Amino acid sequence: MTRFLAVTRAELLILRRNRWLLVATLIMVLFALALTFAGSAPTGTLGVDMLTVSVASMTTLSVYLAPLLALMIAFDAIAGDVDRGSLALLLSYPAGRGEILLGKFTAHLAALAFAMTVGFGTAGALAAWLGGAGPDSHMALARLILTSILLGAVFLALGYLLSAVAGGSTAAAGMSAGLWLIFVVLYDLGLLGAVVMDQSGTFTRSVFPWMMVANPADAFRLWNIAATEGVAMASGMTGAAQALPAWAAPASLLLWPLLALLLARAAFQRVEP
Amino acid sequence: MSDKVLTIHRVSKTRGKLRVLDDVDLSLSPGERVALLGHNGAGKSTLIKCILGLTRFQSGAIHVGAAQPGSAAARRDTAYLPEAVSFHPALTGREQLTLFAQLSGTAADVPLLLERVGLADAMDRRIGAYSKGMRQRLGLAQVLLGRPKLALLDEPTSGLDPISRQDLYAIIDELAGQGTAVLIASHALTEVEARTDRIAILRKGEMVADDTLANLSDLAGLPIRLRVRARENPEALAAHLGGNRVNGASIELLCSPADKMQALRRIAAMGEAVVDLEMTPPRLEDLYRHYAKEALQ
Repeated sequence: MTRFLAVTRAELLILRRNRWLLVATLIMVLFALALTFAGSAPTGTLGVDMLTVSVASMTTLSVYLAPLLALMIAFDAIAGDVDRGSLALLLSYPAGRGEILLGKFTAHLAALAFAMTVGFGTAGALAAWLGGAGPDSHMALARLILTSILLGAVFLALGYLLSAVAGGSTAAAGMSAGLWLIFVVLYDLGLLGAVVMDQSGTFTRSVFPWMMVANPADAFRLWNIAATEGVAMASGMTGAAQALPAWAAPASLLLWPLLALLLARAAFQRVEP
Repeated sequence: MSDKVLTIHRVSKTRGKLRVLDDVDLSLSPGERVALLGHNGAGKSTLIKCILGLTRFQSGAIHVGAAQPGSAAARRDTAYLPEAVSFHPALTGREQLTLFAQLSGTAADVPLLLERVGLADAMDRRIGAYSKGMRQRLGLAQVLLGRPKLALLDEPTSGLDPISRQDLYAIIDELAGQGTAVLIASHALTEVEARTDRIAILRKGEMVADDTLANLSDLAGLPIRLRVRARENPEALAAHLGGNRVNGASIELLCSPADKMQALRRIAAMGEAVVDLEMTPPRLEDLYRHYAKEALQ
């Protein structure tokens, strides 16, 4: 039952050798540092420490970056093997499709976790050292890293789903870009438009928060904001978070990876190499 | 089915309206080398993918030993070399083969296998820097993992230079020698001629022939080609023996295997008028053309 680990090992080698790991970690560190310092101005006015403000800025960053980095690895996971003609060979081995997918997922998630931890960790440590940090803000940083990894897991699995459905690398890349745009940008714009049209009616009060939390990217945002008062203040997004029970955002962000992985597994089953 | 490694019984597959495989029968015994011939699109690769359980077929049955295609037992016993195979360019040959060894669950001596296929010097280089022939050799190395009962090789010679082809057939003989049944899909006809025990010909999804080369030529009754070079007067020679003039000094005539000796005696009786004689038995190409055409009617 350790066959999937053989796939994991090979995938990690690939990520290290084609410099994905290095580049992704570098991107995370640079963006996290830039946001931490660009966003450190309101510390005095809000009366919170610098790490809290940094976490609030990095939460916004992660909503965009975690799905993007995850999709960048995942889109090629199945389609690339189809293009190379090596998927048929891989599937002729005793390892099942589930094991192959699990092996790839484990490797990709480990790489994402590494990039997130180093990126947010560096920026967080620097913010704490320069502007102070309390136990609350330490928790907020840990939460940010863990939820970013979960968000990455969702989009890894969705990327596999597209990779299986697309039938080729190029198509999978295009579909991944579309998926990113929908989940991270267009969904929120649509909801915003609906709220404006509704003018604080029943939709805004009862439907909107649930629709928001159904999107994993927004669930990620809500979880981080609702959990820490300081972060909520720094990001100015308290309204939506208060309208929902506390378990809603974590439940959404924990269920999404499982659901997406099941869908990806089902789609992979239908691939005829 | 008991002693057969592979049994294919009346397998049909349609893709849309197209009949990709039409009532195909084929079986392989341990140690047998069978060439599966056919043009591009004749259904060779599809048949192989059916055997691997990678693609569905509508009717008929396939058994690998006693197992269903695609089942864990079948996959354990089967080795496969896809057509024009490629691997992830970032891995080295050694890493790629190690992955396959771990997936197959066999403790294999990876460097030894790579040496066997002539990749000893390149095993720690990235596959991205390999030539097409080297990738093919790496593909062949993974076929040798774990003593398979059945090896399915899809166009194994594509991209190989002549010397590599010699090595390839040596490896195929070695596989057959250890009891592996080998199915070689190819359209490189002349090569498989001397190297296989049996020849199966697919034409547009139909199995139009399945026999030894000798039996196939007898059945087809293809003519033997005699080329006779005249000393000075090819017209007179042609008039006497029948046949067509070719390239000035020679004439060519065709005769059935049964009439061969009689034709030779007549030519010998011409004495000094004949300088040279060349005799060509029907080649695999002719046979192939014959069986591929016959199915058309």
